[in-house]
Amino acid sequence: MQWHSVGEFFAMGGYALYVWGSFGACALLMFAEPFLAKHRLSEVRQSLIRERLADELELQQRTQ
Amino acid sequence: MNKSIIQWFKFGSPQAFYPLAGRMIPWFWAAAIAFGIAGLWISFFVAPTDAQQGEGYRIIFVHVPASWMSMFLYLIMAFWAGLGLALNTRVSGMMAQAIAPTGALMALLSLWTGALWGKPMWGAWWVWDARLTSELILFFLYLGFMALQAAIDDPRRADKAGAILVLVGVVNIPIIYFSVKWWNTLHQGSTINMNKAPSMAHTMLWGMLLMALCFWMYSIAVALTRVRAIILERERHTEWVKHAVA
Repeated sequence: MQWHSVGEFFAMGGYALYVWGSFGACALLMFAEPFLAKHRLSEVRQSLIRERLADELELQQRTQ
Repeated sequence: MNKSIIQWFKFGSPQAFYPLAGRMIPWFWAAAIAFGIAGLWISFFVAPTDAQQGEGYRIIFVHVPASWMSMFLYLIMAFWAGLGLALNTRVSGMMAQAIAPTGALMALLSLWTGALWGKPMWGAWWVWDARLTSELILFFLYLGFMALQAAIDDPRRADKAGAILVLVGVVNIPIIYFSVKWWNTLHQGSTINMNKAPSMAHTMLWGMLLMALCFWMYSIAVALTRVRAIILERERHTEWVKHAVA
């Protein structure tokens, strides 16, 4: 291993801005995107569940 | 027809593909995380300092995988779009639509990490060089495809229009790939060449390949999650969806 201290690791031999800017952007976007995709899936699921509940309520009221 | 071929065609229906995608997603996540941990470990702790670029070269471990994925995902998107256009299978258009945002993200990351690498090494965030310009065009092709699909109300018509755009845009992929050969560019040549041994340390190569595998698995996991949402959105008035979401 080429690092002698934690500070040296974060300094990246003077390229800290560029290296961490690159890895940081990847980490940020690749954390955000799956959440957005999952959110989209749960949105449509929720609305389908609401739709079904509304249908069932309507059916109940009609039979009363 | 052969029975196993019919089995494959079955997954061309959204009803069969929706649960299959749901079962596959956790495995792709597990693989993405495993490859990611191994890749990052090699990227930062095993791969040696570069003789010319010092520690700055470590950007390669995200830049190259993101750039590769931006091109691969476009080809896969074009494959699905073409299949949908030719066979009129429903899942194909949905797959193309699900892949586009992830492809756009990879193209953006490729441009972003490239800018952060270009500044310390070339002295410029951006140059109008053949490689960079064709990658920027790829990013716009993804955005154009997404905008076109969003602009057409009827999803089947949107798929057809989008497919034609994507298939025309395929011509850009070999341009990106060969740009460093065809033109005299500032961008360095391919890191990995089919004809000769890789021009880099083995540990660097391994780090890059593991990170590329991580990006592959990630892309598949996210695209499958998105395609599940698209399936439910488009098929919401069918009976099977009402039973699938209990």
